[in-house]
Amino acid sequence: MDFKTFYNEVVTDHNMHPLHKHPIDNPDIEMEGVNPSCGDEITVQLKVQDGIISDGSFIGDGCAISQASADIMIDMVIGKPVEEARHLADLFLRMIKGEASPEEIEELGEAGALSDISHMPARVKCAVLGWHTVDEMIKGMK
Amino acid sequence: MNKSELIKEYRKQFPLLDEELAYLDNAATTQKPSSVLDAVRRYYEKDNANPFRGVYDLSERATESYENARKKTAAFINAAAPEEIIFVRNASEALNLLAYSWCEDNLAEGDEVVVSVMEHHSDFLPWKYMAEKKGAKLVKFEPDENGTVTDAVLDSCLSEKTKIVALTQVSNVLGRVNDIKHIAEKVHLAGALISVDGAQSVPHMKVDVQDLDCDFLSFSGHKMFGPMGIGVLYGKMEHLEKMRPFMYGGEMIATVHWDRVTYAEVPHKFEAGTVNVGGAVGLAAAIDFINEVGWDIIETQEEILTARAMAGIKNIDKVRIIGSQNEADHKGIVTFCVEDVHPHDVADILGRAEVCVRAGHHCAQPLMDFLGVKSTCRASFAFYNTEEEVDRFLTELSKVRGLLGYGF
Repeated sequence: MDFKTFYNEVVTDHNMHPLHKHPIDNPDIEMEGVNPSCGDEITVQLKVQDGIISDGSFIGDGCAISQASADIMIDMVIGKPVEEARHLADLFLRMIKGEASPEEIEELGEAGALSDISHMPARVKCAVLGWHTVDEMIKGMK
Repeated sequence: MNKSELIKEYRKQFPLLDEELAYLDNAATTQKPSSVLDAVRRYYEKDNANPFRGVYDLSERATESYENARKKTAAFINAAAPEEIIFVRNASEALNLLAYSWCEDNLAEGDEVVVSVMEHHSDFLPWKYMAEKKGAKLVKFEPDENGTVTDAVLDSCLSEKTKIVALTQVSNVLGRVNDIKHIAEKVHLAGALISVDGAQSVPHMKVDVQDLDCDFLSFSGHKMFGPMGIGVLYGKMEHLEKMRPFMYGGEMIATVHWDRVTYAEVPHKFEAGTVNVGGAVGLAAAIDFINEVGWDIIETQEEILTARAMAGIKNIDKVRIIGSQNEADHKGIVTFCVEDVHPHDVADILGRAEVCVRAGHHCAQPLMDFLGVKSTCRASFAFYNTEEEVDRFLTELSKVRGLLGYGF
């Protein structure tokens, strides 16, 4: 695979200048996600009001792929109803498995920049770390 | 032929190695020469039967193949007798066998097990589990930041309560060689035993268990040009004789009746079930190969490669070598961090240029905590690596920060 499509500008930008990598005050829920293959840990924090994610953030360490993916994820789910966030997480996880249609990847916006990871089995866990964590959080709310 | 021509000839004996690939992950596993692959194939084509069980000639040949491998392995590490060699799957299984079996009868409440902070998880978790199970204390033994084991720290960890010390001969992260002979002497004076993890030492230097006077030594075949799935636990006979079996089943017994069981003699007591004859034959061929190449060539070449890599890394801005800055302290292992860049990204970028290095915690998370890093990258050499490969590695490494959008 071409290097440029993988570590593209979207990924390097979100990695170097994350928008949501900081703790937030009084999160309603938080959850730790671990990638056992490298020991990376991130903690995702969300504020949820009336079923809508009003704010979110993540903290922790990880590779460019995991950090960029988590940052994009938080950016996308803020302001969305939890059900829609769950839908996006489902789409993302399917995209990484190579199962999403071009229309569905389109729906994922910036996160679509990570679609090529589906060809890189070693990096799949990095890309899904944040999304998987948020999926678990929403599942746990019910 | 001079040394470098000889090395080129030996390199040609590794079918997987070609001009494209710079394989620098030899501490994880080495590639295999044709002689090893051929030996395994020949065994299955000519001599395969279930060893020990049959009385026909073929089964006897299988038994002989297996026991010859044991003799060769014993000679390789200068064990006092072939029976002191127990074949297992790998160093992890050797260490589990030892911890489970030995601790069960030798560890009691209040006793202490000393484990160094730089151990691979497989030389940490079995001891931790057994210490907790027996109510014994796990004493953390910290080297200095270069991985050097000082007498002062060693003395402070040893007491009359110490029963066993677990220590690696070469750290799989820091590459430092521990002076096992000296340490074993001190451990024995304290009345304890010493178990040495030889996974990273046995493939790269002459290890003589009688000279070291270690009580146990564990290593894996696949890190020394042998096949995966064969490893060794060496133990002094006086200890092995007193240890209980680890796994129960076929071929590890003398007699079995409903109400009484007698176990087989050492080493068979510890080798339940049909054994890995093909693997043992492959390991024996790997030992022949190492003996043919000789430690002089192996060690000299690995020193040249290590020195070249370390000097090159020091010339790259914002790349830092972990552990000692002196190349003489690194046994073919160079671990490093690139500022701002996660090791997985480094290894991925190098991987795209067909330069294979390891990234992560190297199954040594307590050491990562001790060093204050989350994870690192590691280049590790075998004698078949070339200076050109090291240069390719350095060229690609120098591009990493730029490719991820950082200025230099």
